[in-house]
Amino acid sequence: MILPLFVAIPLGCAFLVSLLGKKLRRFADTFSNLATFSLLSFSFLSLVLIKRLGTIVYKVGGWIPPIGICMVLDNLTSFMLVTINLIAFLVTIYSISYMERYTAKWKFYTLFLLMLAGMNGVIITGDIFNLFVFLEIAAISSYALVAFGVEHEELEASFKYMVMGSLASSFILLGIALLYSYTSSLNMADISRVLAQKGNSKIVFFMGVLFIMGFGLKAAIAPFHAWLPDAHPSAPAPISAMLSGVLIKALGVYALARVFFNVLGMTAISSSILMVLGTISMVLGGLLALGQEDIKRLFAYSSISQIGYVVLGIGMGTPLGILAGLFHLLNHATFKTLLFLNSGSIEYATGTRDLRKMGGLSLKMPVTGYSSLVGSMSISGIPPLSGFWSKLLIILAAIEAKHFIFASIAVLVSILTLAYYLKVQRLAFFGELGDSLKEIKDVPLTMKLSMIALSIICLSGGLLLIPGIGKNFLNLATAVLVNGNNYAQVVFGSIK
Amino acid sequence: MIYLMCLVLFCTGVYCILVKKNLIKIIIGIGIVEYAVNLFFVLVGYRAGGRAPILAEGQVIQNMVDPLPQALVLTAIVIGLAVTALTVAIAMRLYEKYGTFDITKIRRLKG
Repeated sequence: MILPLFVAIPLGCAFLVSLLGKKLRRFADTFSNLATFSLLSFSFLSLVLIKRLGTIVYKVGGWIPPIGICMVLDNLTSFMLVTINLIAFLVTIYSISYMERYTAKWKFYTLFLLMLAGMNGVIITGDIFNLFVFLEIAAISSYALVAFGVEHEELEASFKYMVMGSLASSFILLGIALLYSYTSSLNMADISRVLAQKGNSKIVFFMGVLFIMGFGLKAAIAPFHAWLPDAHPSAPAPISAMLSGVLIKALGVYALARVFFNVLGMTAISSSILMVLGTISMVLGGLLALGQEDIKRLFAYSSISQIGYVVLGIGMGTPLGILAGLFHLLNHATFKTLLFLNSGSIEYATGTRDLRKMGGLSLKMPVTGYSSLVGSMSISGIPPLSGFWSKLLIILAAIEAKHFIFASIAVLVSILTLAYYLKVQRLAFFGELGDSLKEIKDVPLTMKLSMIALSIICLSGGLLLIPGIGKNFLNLATAVLVNGNNYAQVVFGSIK
Repeated sequence: MIYLMCLVLFCTGVYCILVKKNLIKIIIGIGIVEYAVNLFFVLVGYRAGGRAPILAEGQVIQNMVDPLPQALVLTAIVIGLAVTALTVAIAMRLYEKYGTFDITKIRRLKG
C-alpha cells in the first residue's frame, strides 16, 4: 500500500540527510529532490488508485480502525496531496541554487522534509490525535525554518510565531480532549458517527469555537493573522513560498474543512462565522498590503487576503462554493509560490527587498520579470489566467447562495488586489533601471526552471474547469466535503 | 472543583503570555497553558475510586481508569518539551543579538 509512504518517505529522507548530508557534498541536494519527486509521482498514482478502488483505508499496525489508528485516502486527501507535493517538488528544485547563500544547506533540507512529513501526515491521517501530532511536527519545523537566517528580524519573527503557534496548538488539544470526553473515540469517522447519533448540543459548538481559534490561527484568518506578515518575509524565499503556498492551507484550511464538514457537521452558525472571518481577512489583508514597501511583506499580506477568499468559498457550504474555494486554494498555492520565488530571485540578484530601490528589473532579469507578471495578473484575476476563474466562481457561488454583500465585497477586494500588484510591477519591473542595478545578472538555471513551470501552471489553470479534463479532479474532492457525515459510512465501508 | 482549578491554571497561563514583558516569563506562560490542557486531558480519563487498568487473570473489568488519555498526554508532554526547548534556544539567540529579554525593546519588525 502506498498510504504510509507519504509520511515515511520524507521522514526517512530527513533522517538520512541529517546523517550523511554533512559529509557528502551534493548528497542533500540530489536526495531531497529525489524524495520530493517520488512523493509527487505517488500523489499522481494515488489519483489513479482512488479512481480504481474508491476510498482506501490503511490500518496502522493492523488494528481495526475505531480502536487503532488509520490512514484514509479519499478524493479530498489526494487533491491536497497533489497540491502539496507539486509545490514541494518545484521548491526543492529552486532551493538547489538559492540556498547556496546559507551555510549548512543539509540542515535546511532536513527541516524542510520534516515539515513536508508533517503536512502529508495531517492530510492523510484519519485519527484526530494523530492529526494533532503531525500538525505539531510541521509547526515546530516551520518555527525553526523561519529563524533559519538567525539575524535580528528572523529571530524576533520566529519567537512571535512560536508563541502564537503553541497557544493555538493548546486550543486544538483542548478541543480534542473535549471531543474525546464527549464521544470516547479518537477516530474521526467514529466521532462523526457518534456525534450524529447524539445530536447537536452546546458543547459541540464550544469545540467548534476552539477549533476555529486553533486552526484559524494556523491558517492566519483575520483576527489571528498577526504572526504571518512577520514570519513569512523573514524565512528564506523557498520557505516563504512553502509557508504561504501550502502550510497555512494544509494545517489551517484543510484541517478546518475536514473537522467542520466531516466530523462536527456544518451548522448555519459555523458557516456564517467562517464566511464573516473570511471576508474580514480578505478586506484587511488587501488594505494592509497596499501600503507595504517591502516586497515579501506585501506578498504576505496578500496571502491573508487570498486565504480570506478560500475560507469564504468553503464556508458557504454549497457545492459550488466549496468547489470554488478548493480551486482557489490550488491556484493560490501555485501563484503565491511563484511570486515568493520571484521575490527570492530579486533578492538573490540585487540583495534588496525594498520596492523603492528597484526598477526596470525586467530588462536584466527577463524570466523573473515575465513569470512574475503572469503570477501577478493571475492573482489579481485577469482572464484567462487561473486566478480569474476561481474568483469568478467564488463570486458566482456567493450570488447563488444569496450572499450579495459578500459577493460585492469580493469584487471590490479583487480590484484592490489588482491595485497593489500593479504597484509591484510598476516599481520593480518596469520603469528605469537604477544606477546601482546595472551590474545584476539573471538567476541560475534551476531557479528559472521552477519559475517557468509554475507560470505554465498559472496560465493553464483554467483548463481544470473544462469538463472531462480536470473537472472530476475538483468535483470529487468537493463531493467529499459536501457528503458531510456520510464520511463515517464511507470510511467504515472501505475497511477490509 | 478540580476542573475549575484547571480553568484557573489555563487562564493564568494565557494572562502570563499576554501581559508579561519578559521573554522567559512568556515561555513559562506557554508551559503553564500546556500543563493546564494536559491536566484536563488526564482528568477526562479519571474515574472516582478507579484502579489501574491492568487486566490480570480472574479480574472483572469494572471501574477502571481510562488509560488512553494518559498515553495521549505523554505524547503531548514530549511535544511540549520540543517546543519549549526551541523557544528557549531562540530566546537565547535573541539575547545575544539584542542584549535584553524585554519584549518591548525587541521590535525591529513593524506593521
